[in-house]
Amino acid sequence: MSSLVQSVDWLAIAPPTIAAVVGLVVLVADLFVGEHRKPLLGWLSVAGLAAAALMLLPLLDADRSTFCLVGDTGVCSYTADRFTLVIQFLVLGGALLAALLSVTALKDENKRLPEGEYWFLFLSSAAGAALLPASRDLATLIVALEVASLPAFALVGLRHGDRKSSEAALKFFLSSVTATAVSLLGISFVYAATGTLHLTLVAERIQDVDGQLHTLAQAGVVLTLVGFAFKTAAVPFHFWVPDTYVGAPLPIAAYLSVIGKAVGFSGLILVTVVALPSYADVWGPALAVLAALTMTVGNVGALRQQAARAYSAVRLLAWSSVGQAGYLLVPIAAAAYTDDAEQAIGSTLAYALMYGAVNLGAFAVAAVVGRTHRRNRVADYRGLYAASPLTALLMGFFLLCLAGLPPGIIGLFAKVTVFSAAVDAGLGWLAVVMAVNVVIALVYYLQWTALLFRAPEGEPVRHRFTAPLTVAIALTGVLGIALSGAPQLVLRFTDTALF
Amino acid sequence: MIDINESVMQFLLAFLVVGPLLGAAAALLPAPPGLKGRSPEQAVLRHGVTVTGAVLVAAVVLALGFDHDQPSKMQATTDISWIPALDVRIHLGTDGISLPLLVLTALLTFLSALYSYFKPPAGPSPKAFVALLLVLESGTLATFAVLDLILFFLAFEMVLVPMYFLIARWGGEGRAEAAWRFILYTLLGSVVMLLGLLLIGISAGTFDMVALATDNGRSLTTSVQVIAVLAVGIGLAVKTPMWPLHSWLPDAHTAAPTVGSVLLAGVLLKMGTYGFVRVLLPAAPDGLRTFAPYLAAFAVVGIVYGSLACLALAQRGAKGDLKRLIAYSSVGHMGFVLLGIATMTPTGVNGALFANIAHGLITGLLFFLVGALKERTGSTDLDALAEQTGAALYGRAPRLGGLLAFGAVASLGLPGLAGFWGEMLALFGAFDPADGLSRPAFLTFMAIGAFGTLLTAAYLLVVVRRVCMGAVPQDAPHLTDVRGYEYAAWTPLVVLTVVAGLWPKALLGLTDPAVQQLLAGGTR
Repeated sequence: MSSLVQSVDWLAIAPPTIAAVVGLVVLVADLFVGEHRKPLLGWLSVAGLAAAALMLLPLLDADRSTFCLVGDTGVCSYTADRFTLVIQFLVLGGALLAALLSVTALKDENKRLPEGEYWFLFLSSAAGAALLPASRDLATLIVALEVASLPAFALVGLRHGDRKSSEAALKFFLSSVTATAVSLLGISFVYAATGTLHLTLVAERIQDVDGQLHTLAQAGVVLTLVGFAFKTAAVPFHFWVPDTYVGAPLPIAAYLSVIGKAVGFSGLILVTVVALPSYADVWGPALAVLAALTMTVGNVGALRQQAARAYSAVRLLAWSSVGQAGYLLVPIAAAAYTDDAEQAIGSTLAYALMYGAVNLGAFAVAAVVGRTHRRNRVADYRGLYAASPLTALLMGFFLLCLAGLPPGIIGLFAKVTVFSAAVDAGLGWLAVVMAVNVVIALVYYLQWTALLFRAPEGEPVRHRFTAPLTVAIALTGVLGIALSGAPQLVLRFTDTALF
Repeated sequence: MIDINESVMQFLLAFLVVGPLLGAAAALLPAPPGLKGRSPEQAVLRHGVTVTGAVLVAAVVLALGFDHDQPSKMQATTDISWIPALDVRIHLGTDGISLPLLVLTALLTFLSALYSYFKPPAGPSPKAFVALLLVLESGTLATFAVLDLILFFLAFEMVLVPMYFLIARWGGEGRAEAAWRFILYTLLGSVVMLLGLLLIGISAGTFDMVALATDNGRSLTTSVQVIAVLAVGIGLAVKTPMWPLHSWLPDAHTAAPTVGSVLLAGVLLKMGTYGFVRVLLPAAPDGLRTFAPYLAAFAVVGIVYGSLACLALAQRGAKGDLKRLIAYSSVGHMGFVLLGIATMTPTGVNGALFANIAHGLITGLLFFLVGALKERTGSTDLDALAEQTGAALYGRAPRLGGLLAFGAVASLGLPGLAGFWGEMLALFGAFDPADGLSRPAFLTFMAIGAFGTLLTAAYLLVVVRRVCMGAVPQDAPHLTDVRGYEYAAWTPLVVLTVVAGLWPKALLGLTDPAVQQLLAGGTR
């Protein structure tokens, strides 16, 4: 009987577990903490996320696996390898930064947002997102995906009595649930064809599926991919993004733009590269087309934003994040065409880490500006340099990193790795499409950057900084500049073993 | 010429690249006590002069310490691993091809900073102006100093943002549109170039330019070379600019402030032609040979087109803008450079490199002069200046008029001045192009190019007649003649133009061995 009891490696599962446990603690503590002490919950959550991120350190020495099939060695449901740790670092670090933004946002909302629920949902979602990259079977994958996204719906619609907020949440919810249902159907097809849910076993068995079940397996593959494409906000599953970002509290928009993407593309990588490498001829071209469409639609959408429209800054960041998702998909598509899939995946990881740092930085500056200009228009950033030079310089740096133009050196090199993955895989046409997109994106990023340094209209406004916002901007700024000096820090993932 | 320790040489070259960047960061900080000057504006402009001056001194010392007996050898090399994942190395070095360009860049930037110190640009605070100028200098110097394809691309991109802001913030009429056009054109070109560079690097297994030059395209198949040359060539041709990709240039020049025009014409355009010589010629010779006739054809069309455009602008009643005219003349001059490169012979490539330097000196001088003219008369419109008889600069400001005439005749390629040798050698190269290139075609190109020199002479003489000559009207407002600081900024250019014209060996002695080696494939 004893062989039926699994031994659990608690250290390996510590990062997502800590996040989840702290979330529960916050929910319970909310009942006992007085009104004026509510901000403590926020700091507790920040500390919890920091602790969860720190628990990644002991895992660095070797790959660990747990929840393994008894008897069948090497088939596990949870694996903390290099790939997992990088994504978990991105997720937990990103959540930490978004949490810092939330502390100030909750204070400004003045009790219109219920703090206890907010932090519980936030941490649950982060726990799910941290679990996802470690999942090595389809059931865990879907559970993690849902744990990551269900609280996010609630977070988007959390503002009491805000019609826009609830509408955004509903849009987000309906489209997301449809996508999940579709991918569940796909997974059940794959299960029917192979008789297993573990990714490595699926990879083995799907190669010699009975001829009769071939169509079923193929349909399963396509349907499974659809669900994950939605989470990365890939076209045509992107339409929820701009409204959701505008309706959601700004820190949640920041959270979704980075962690939501990380969840989507890491799931996509697991399903494609790990579970279905033999179907590369199916998902390779599909992802390549998806990547091209996503970046084009995202960048054109961002280009069409008018600077004077309300919330145009958040809207622009939302559309640009759709475009950036397109770049993230390029190396995954390239992985289908090369012998060294891990190198291509490494480009996605490197790009995602760069994107996570600078995009959250841009959102942090947007949070500061949003405190004095409630409508947060791009036009409100005019003359930021005159008001607070350092913030403007950093914002310019973040935007140029996103555009991939010096002095944003890390942005440039991240794009270079993505380009080289595409060129290496022989996807010349995709590289050219991406090149055109980089130029389109430059227009709006540079317009915004130029606006920062224009002379202000009237007196320069004093921006109200708070300690958490300053810390968030400083952290992302230091990270971006350090990475620009030593791009090897993130680019090394393109030449190390990941899985 | 003088013996300098190798590690000092390494430091000097690294300082050329990093020094201006540090200076740019320092320019944004408040001035330390003791260096406050009369006002913050004056202090920061002086800071610009100091830093560019230090960089110029470093460049001159580097040139003196350069072993002139072995100009084909990479000297002052630094080679540090930077991003092992992408195989990118911080590989710096200079040889006979890049050294003159380094010195030219340092000189022109210093003169620009000096000129701006006495004549601050009209526009927002000079603090940002100086910082951008220094970043621009760092980017251009880095382009000429790096020996790694990816770093070359990085440096190539680095100049875009500062130049954009220099035009958009301190420019004249139509600046916003011109700045956009400049950055979008060059960026579109350079991302295509990046694809080509990646193709070369990934196929050959190295991004190191020295290794690629030694390999001489042996590890690249012809089809890879053809695609790579097409992609990289487009990027470089936009920058050069080659007809028909030149249309950003006249607008950018017309709108840019004087200093911006000087650096744009004098230095930035050279980055394109330098890339042809440094990257494409040695690394993908077969690919370049395929495209050489087309390159040469576009080059001579550019020569004739540029000259005809200038002739049209110089006509009475055409409302021609002097700055625009000089910009179009640049298209023609860069056409000679491209023709020289397209011959793929030592003669032609040497001519191209010579014409590069000569164009930098002469056009830099011309833009300074036109800027001064605009400051005095308030216009660069030829019709407004010349009115009925001519602007009579000889009578009203004889020294300024004399300098302008000097610049014009140097630009048209008068023997004895710098402009002559480059164009003559480029045409001479076309007379006998490299093996495998069609001689009749190149003879035709040579004939058309030679006809272009006639047209060049025609429009420049028209300009001299309309601006410098004429009767001085009775009620003509007073024009200040050349001021002290203007002498300081312009004299070096005039002197060098004469020296390079009378003693071309000083330059050709440097470039020729290096070019011979590049064409022969790395190690001879």
